[in-house]
Amino acid sequence: MIVADRKSLQEILAMVKDDKKILIVGCKGCVTVCNVGGLKEVEILASSMKIARKKEGNPIDIDINVLERQCDNEYVAEISESVNDYDAVISLACGVGPQFLSEMYKDQTFYPGVNTTFFGGATQHGVWEERCAGCGTCAIHNFGGLCPIARCAKSLMNGPCGGSSNGVCEINKDTDCIWDAIVRKKMEAGELEDLMGVKGIKDWRTARHGGPRRSIREELVQGNI
Amino acid sequence: MRLSYPADIKVIQVPCTGRVDILHLLNAIEDGADGVYVAGCLEGECHYIEGNLKARRKVNYVKKTLTELGIEPERVEMYNLSSAQGARFAEIAIEMVEKIKALGPSPIKSSHAA
Ligand code: SF4
Ligand code: SF4
Repeated sequence: MIVADRKSLQEILAMVKDDKKILIVGCKGCVTVCNVGGLKEVEILASSMKIARKKEGNPIDIDINVLERQCDNEYVAEISESVNDYDAVISLACGVGPQFLSEMYKDQTFYPGVNTTFFGGATQHGVWEERCAGCGTCAIHNFGGLCPIARCAKSLMNGPCGGSSNGVCEINKDTDCIWDAIVRKKMEAGELEDLMGVKGIKDWRTARHGGPRRSIREELVQGNI
Repeated sequence: MRLSYPADIKVIQVPCTGRVDILHLLNAIEDGADGVYVAGCLEGECHYIEGNLKARRKVNYVKKTLTELGIEPERVEMYNLSSAQGARFAEIAIEMVEKIKALGPSPIKSSHAA
């Protein structure tokens, strides 16, 4: 899923400091699962902001809504009747949400309430870790199922750098060296040979380096199948 | 046993403090309460295993939020006592009321009072 962290209350409050009536809109997708932008978090943010503004003697009206997804126009369209009743709108979806909203409702201002960070998953309750960098040409089968693009600080393709030490990456002591894990796994499986061949230069054009990407499924473009 | 506790306190009963939500605490502050405290069972004695531990985590979350907003985190507190400790209940009530009185009224103007 896409993982995000909520922006600080102070940062969010500063965005809407001149507004009197706002909407906070959450999303039932990834951000609900990573506990940052679902109904609960929307309600908590609304209450916290109301407390802050009452304290300043400058109360704010806040309505809330949680869309099925903010990355699909059919759901974004659900707020069409009320969206312009507000001075501003805060989206707690990943960065895709406020953009879809801005594209559909050109006269409204949408603020991102979260910092979108990575594609990953929960490794324990309350902890999420990066697993994929969306490089567009998945090759993890060559690395024991572990991704050196997303999980090696240098995205190395041909083995660890000299900074790998006792399984820990030189970038910081809380980061495992994924190359240590890859090599270990292949050794245990008796498949170390697989790593010996030099991997050619990766074609980064399928990643962000080739500019914004688009995914087209012709048969769907033509209509439902 | 007849014990009196300060009339400033409004008691809201819940089946287990695990039922107390972050939003209940925030909404109380938002509506102008000068302080809120959760009185849960002794740690290790929750009938639902860890309702009181969850309540403490939620209280701590709200304390953090209040701190971020420049409001005294002591306005929200968690206490643990057993249902057999009536005297302790009254004592906690007095302690909390004194603490809040020392802090003074909440900086949030109650929407009801306004
Ligand atoms: S190889 Fe690319 S697509 Fe596959 S997990 Fe790594 S970053 Fe993601
Ligand atoms: S120590 Fe390991 S994970 Fe860190 S940069 Fe080097 S090879 Fe990559």
